[in-house]
Amino acid sequence: MPRSLKELDYVGLYLWLFRAAVIIIVLWGTVSKIFLGVGNDYASSDWIDFFIAGLSQGSLYALIALGYTLVYGVLFMINFAHGEFFMSGTMTSTIFIAIPLATSGFLEEFPFLSLLVIILASMTVSVFIALLTERIAYRPLRRAPRLVPLITAIGASFFWQYFFRGLYGSQVVPFPTITALEGYWPILGVAILKTRVVVMVASVIMLVGLYIFVMRTKTGKAIRAVAEDKDVAALMGVDVDRTVAITFAVGAAMAGAAGILYGLLFRQTHFFMGFIPGIKAFTAAVLGGIGSIPGAALGGLFLGLFESVGPPLFLEGLGIPGSHQLKDVISFTMLVLVLIFRPQGIIGERLSEKKA
Amino acid sequence: MSEIDFRNIVRIGLIAGLVAASVSVIGMVETFDARDIITGILSLGQVLLFSAAALGGYLASQEQEESKIVPSLVTGLLVGLLAALPVIALIVLQVGFPELHAALANAAPSLEAVPSDIRDYLVNLSPTLIEILTFGREPLTGSLLLLGSMGLLGLGGAIVHVVPSRFERPLTIGVLWTLLIGMLSEVLLGILRQFVSSANLRLLFGTRGIRPIPALIIFVVITAIAVVWRLRGRRAWQERMGAASPAQQKRARLGGLSLVFLLLLVLPFILGTYLTEVVDNVGLFILMGLGLNIVVGFAGLLDLGYVAFYAIGAYTMGILTSTGALGFAGLSFWAAIPIAMGVAVLAGILLGTPVLRMRGDYLAIVTLGFGEIIRVLATSDLLKPYIGGAQGVLNIPKPEIAGFRFVQPEHFYYLILAGCLFAAFVAWRLRDARLGRQWMAMREDEDVAEAMGIHLVKTKLLAFGMGAAFAGLSGAIFAAKLGSIFPHSFNLIISINVLSLIIVGGIGSLPGVVVGALVLVGMPELLREFAEYRFLMYGALLIAMMLAKPEGLWPSPIRRRELVEEEEAFPSEEGLNPFTEEPMAEQMAERPNTAVK
Repeated sequence: MPRSLKELDYVGLYLWLFRAAVIIIVLWGTVSKIFLGVGNDYASSDWIDFFIAGLSQGSLYALIALGYTLVYGVLFMINFAHGEFFMSGTMTSTIFIAIPLATSGFLEEFPFLSLLVIILASMTVSVFIALLTERIAYRPLRRAPRLVPLITAIGASFFWQYFFRGLYGSQVVPFPTITALEGYWPILGVAILKTRVVVMVASVIMLVGLYIFVMRTKTGKAIRAVAEDKDVAALMGVDVDRTVAITFAVGAAMAGAAGILYGLLFRQTHFFMGFIPGIKAFTAAVLGGIGSIPGAALGGLFLGLFESVGPPLFLEGLGIPGSHQLKDVISFTMLVLVLIFRPQGIIGERLSEKKA
Repeated sequence: MSEIDFRNIVRIGLIAGLVAASVSVIGMVETFDARDIITGILSLGQVLLFSAAALGGYLASQEQEESKIVPSLVTGLLVGLLAALPVIALIVLQVGFPELHAALANAAPSLEAVPSDIRDYLVNLSPTLIEILTFGREPLTGSLLLLGSMGLLGLGGAIVHVVPSRFERPLTIGVLWTLLIGMLSEVLLGILRQFVSSANLRLLFGTRGIRPIPALIIFVVITAIAVVWRLRGRRAWQERMGAASPAQQKRARLGGLSLVFLLLLVLPFILGTYLTEVVDNVGLFILMGLGLNIVVGFAGLLDLGYVAFYAIGAYTMGILTSTGALGFAGLSFWAAIPIAMGVAVLAGILLGTPVLRMRGDYLAIVTLGFGEIIRVLATSDLLKPYIGGAQGVLNIPKPEIAGFRFVQPEHFYYLILAGCLFAAFVAWRLRDARLGRQWMAMREDEDVAEAMGIHLVKTKLLAFGMGAAFAGLSGAIFAAKLGSIFPHSFNLIISINVLSLIIVGGIGSLPGVVVGALVLVGMPELLREFAEYRFLMYGALLIAMMLAKPEGLWPSPIRRRELVEEEEAFPSEEGLNPFTEEPMAEQMAERPNTAVK
């Protein structure tokens, strides 16, 4: 305990109780699951399945979280509309590229080339929507009080959601199945769904690519300079407006790609699909340490794992009926816990008062 | 002609055109076309479509000086014509798509299977929409007609700019009021039918919308009144009010207030059952808005999980009073109300405590997380034995007092009115009390406020608790009014709705809450077509308000003063490029508009 009990005020006490309660609940659930076997009986292959599902879901979160982290690093602003960038690219590309490709049989013939085209189209649309949003709703307000851009971001989020609902309708649009990606690949003796392998590999490639882009290129250097100090960066000859726009574009491109991977995993797109993954990806970014690229990756993976393994592990252990319904509660509780007890995240630096 | 700025024309013209094409392709034009504003001549959908051209023409001609009539008019005309092009492209796309598909299928046989209906791609690009866009003519003549009318409307926008400035505002007011009256003609008809014979009403209103001649008369009369008011009335009024002694001014204000109060008392008799129902919903949102206004407006804590307290109030009322399987106490409405408020306050404090040390956007996201947790829990099987899961709580009895049962919307109107008046009174008295000033000090700067001796923990928790109490009250009345509650009524949308209405009305302003609720909740209920595009418009409105009028439609005087002072005290905020800062002269010129007189 950091302070002696005497100094502990009611708020501190409450927070300690809160923390203790969460730890006890999780431990209790886990113990009763593992040693007492409460709830469903899972074979070890089921657990591996949960684990892999968590990893592939987590790599999606990681890709989306990059957009939050990059923008927050540069502008100290939560881009609430980021989930909508994810949705816009995915839906557009599914309806205008993927479905025509599938019906014409091209997707069957050249699955990987088609997938590449679909992903690129999705990225392009997401980037376009992001740039438009940045130009209209964020740039003019860059020196306004900090709540103002947050409110416009919420506005932009709802605007795009219902704009695309008007454009493509409110029904679920199925993402076409790719026959080449059906079934399992045996890897290290474990049969893993092919789509999950593709999602994980693609995510890793993009994460590494982005890291190299930010760390090794001149534009990446400009982004880091603007994140450090806009005024000084401007004095050093960096075009701040352009760099901020590039940051948005890069984040949105990642989100657009993540959207198609989401389509591969869950086989459907919907105008509301960006909202919950967006909030969860934000959770992932905070969990890893907002502003840090490896942090976003790590946070995404952790969140995916918790969500996938958590309900069967400790929620079932507590004897909670329908525990899978509560997986959103797990991620939101994690968000709250991280923000209360470790706002700097897993590997982030402690945010100064100005940023936090 | 060299004075015409063609780059500007092309830019504004294409933006206006893209806006017009967007509202068409997302289906707004078609949906809104069902509402006639002027019978047989103008529908709301067309207004939506054409306002882009008119606004574009007006904005583009702003670049010209008013005295240069011809360049201004040419600018407006060109902008209007340009604005028609993207819409015409839409017509071409819809009409030509089958042929395009056939041609492609000829070239590559595998493309035959690709969906050949344009509506498989863009669901709202329907034949009906094209019919509206082409005025029911052939595509070619229709497109030309569209081009011509958009051009004329661009010209109209420029004309508004060119006429002497003392007519500019009255003209705009006249147009807007005529449109508003036409838009609400159904509602007005419902009210007037009680007082005027229907034969007389037939002269005014068509089957839908207002008839052309009365519309013209209304337009002329309103414009004339506005002109006279602008030229004479306003100054005379200000002089009289200025000459009146403080006591007289106070009496005038009191008189005005009591008039408003009287009107509120008799409102259900004027409006009839359906409209009273609408007013009831607006009232519930006003109640929540007053609560959130304390949290966000006074104390500056952006809470996106506000719906949680509304839900808690409703569920507490539900399980305490329900005669169904889930109710266990069987209390009366009146006994449950304070308990529901108390539980909401407790929840406000319990959820507020962990976030005490968070600021701004982090607070927003965490409260959003809380709201979602509560909603998921309410739906889940975990709490199903207690609060009914997705089936909700049923059989909540209506309130009863001395043998009188509240059943009709008119009855609930008075209940909600009493709640709103109570909440408004509390909020109003608190605002200027020590607590209110502490909240505002905290909103401006927490560190300084703490240094001044403000107990941050206590003050913040009081804000959360007060806000939660009103939401709980609103939720409790909602539960009793509906008779049954379901978890899906308590989603994030409600929080966003309440937040939008206090922002649109003016953050921290009490009358602003009422204005915001009337605009954001009342309008969509009155105009059913709005419902589908409600949140699209909320989103656009939030952005537009933040860009153009961050202080809201009815700003609080303190806020207004602060906005002005902030500008003076810190002309350059952090992150500002010192080289691109606006020249000081412009800031000076803008100041008198926002200053308090």
